[in-house]
Amino acid sequence: MDKWIKFLEINASRIFDLTIEHAILVGAAILVALLIGVPLGIYLTTNDYLAETVLQIASVMLTIPSIALFGVMIPVFSIVNLGIGFVPAFVALVLYAQLPIIRNTYTAIRNVDPEMRDAAIGLGMKPIQRLFRVEIPNAFPVIMAGIRTAVVINIGIGVIAAYIGAGGLGVLITQGITRGDNYLIITGSVAVAILAMIADGFLIWIQKRYTPKSIAN
Amino acid sequence: MITFDQTTKTYEGGVTAVKGVDFTVEKGEIVVLLGPSGCGKTTLLRMVNRLETISDGKIMIDGEDSMSLDSIELRRKIGYVIQSNGLFPNMTIEENVMIVPDLLGWSKKKKKERFKKLMDMISMSSDEFGKRYPHELSGGQQQRIGVIRALAADPPVMLMDEPFGALDPIIREKIQDEFLQIQKEVNKTILFVSHDIDEAIRMADKIVLLRDGELMQYDTPSEMLVRPKSEFVREFFGKDRAIKSLSLHTIRELQDIIGLAEFDEGIEDTITINVNHDLRNTLSMLLNQEADQVIVIDDDGNKLGAITIDIVQKYLHFEIKAKPTLVQKG
Ligand SMILES: Nc1ncnc2c1ncn2[C@@H]1O[C@H](COP(=O)(O)OP(=O)(O)OP(=O)(O)O)[C@@H](O)[C@H]1O
Ligand SMILES: [Mg+2]
Repeated sequence: MDKWIKFLEINASRIFDLTIEHAILVGAAILVALLIGVPLGIYLTTNDYLAETVLQIASVMLTIPSIALFGVMIPVFSIVNLGIGFVPAFVALVLYAQLPIIRNTYTAIRNVDPEMRDAAIGLGMKPIQRLFRVEIPNAFPVIMAGIRTAVVINIGIGVIAAYIGAGGLGVLITQGITRGDNYLIITGSVAVAILAMIADGFLIWIQKRYTPKSIAN
Repeated sequence: MITFDQTTKTYEGGVTAVKGVDFTVEKGEIVVLLGPSGCGKTTLLRMVNRLETISDGKIMIDGEDSMSLDSIELRRKIGYVIQSNGLFPNMTIEENVMIVPDLLGWSKKKKKERFKKLMDMISMSSDEFGKRYPHELSGGQQQRIGVIRALAADPPVMLMDEPFGALDPIIREKIQDEFLQIQKEVNKTILFVSHDIDEAIRMADKIVLLRDGELMQYDTPSEMLVRPKSEFVREFFGKDRAIKSLSLHTIRELQDIIGLAEFDEGIEDTITINVNHDLRNTLSMLLNQEADQVIVIDDDGNKLGAITIDIVQKYLHFEIKAKPTLVQKG
């Protein structure tokens, strides 16, 4: 234990830097995933046929082993000379985040009480007014749940990004494995877990803060 | 004024829910759509604000074909109340009530004043309830909020689909009375769906009785009760339903409100009835034609006047409209 504490003291700033790197990679991926996934999820509620197809593709994507998906990214991005590093890892994470975000957005908007929607139309709201004033606010907790799942998945999968040179906490773990250094492995894993908990905690706070209190339960 | 002209609705899949219905709702009238479940009441109502398309025929609103109007504008001019109240859980009571004024771009000040006025109408404190959320209100309060939300931008026309259906009978009657009071003040043209005969009798200036999408009779409640045009109408109201409501009142109440007829000393075949007799028994006596003239007497045997079927009928009609002042404290 003492040895580990010593190890932490020596490596503190490196661990911190890698954590930030990890967080930036995941954060950027989630941000882009949101910009794609939420509007797409909303759009799909108006197109049943497309919804089925898109949700299926997104499901399949999530079943691809992460290492394989990262592996595929390398040759693809090599074409534009970005085979390793941030970009392929980022793209892979964006793809992984899609399913929970699209699916939850789609389901949440879909499940808005039809009577409520009916009342909104009957009162003379335009579709866009209905979306922003009624549907999104009432769907918000479920959409947030999807985002939280995506973030936690991405923080975990982000570890693999180290294999394609994108840095992050995966670096500690991969190095630990190659060197047989348990301190590195444990430190990396714990840091990933803590990062995930902090991120989730933060998102729960946002969710609570912006969920109309009357629909919170 | 709303005019239905051969209005027909056939749903995808072939169900014809409304079949060539013709009637007019005059300005300031409450017309109740009544009939068994599935007879097309909701469908007919929802065609007015174009939540359902009209398959055939027309609906004219103040002489304009509803299909020629912009659907969004049309809906903002028509108040809409539904059974589940349809309040938005993410909005406060004030926000809920002020939706249409907000959509219409009213100023903050004007909205504030309007909200207070509307809350006063239903005797709820705007300060106390304005910032609350719908789930923090009782069912009856929510339903009343649903009603004033529909009234918010002062639309000339109101559509109400079983607005009080989810409430227990005692609260329902209270709210019906309150609504009739409000209606006296605001004088809207109202289409009101109900499947409750008592409610229909109470609320309606006229009733549209539907069966399988067809209009069976369009008349005042008392006409429909006393002169049903078909076996269906007669059976629908039941043998005693209307009369049942009369049993709540005595001849004295009738006398106080509309007075009795002059009696004719010359008629031989006369019987007397005590002024404290309830109207239900009185009516059955009159219908049985036990005598040519029925004279009302007080406890001391003084002759107060004569009573006839027409007077009871008139009272029935009056009682429906004036109910709030009659039984409110009951
Ligand atoms: N969206 C729809 N698609 C197909 N058929 C429908 C649709 N809505 C209603 N119907 C049918 O149209 C008929 C009339 O329905 P409607 O809801 O107007 O009845 P209602 O008189 O309001 O009944 P209730 O008293 O039960 O509310 C019914 O046979 C119903 O099954
Ligand atoms: Mg109905």
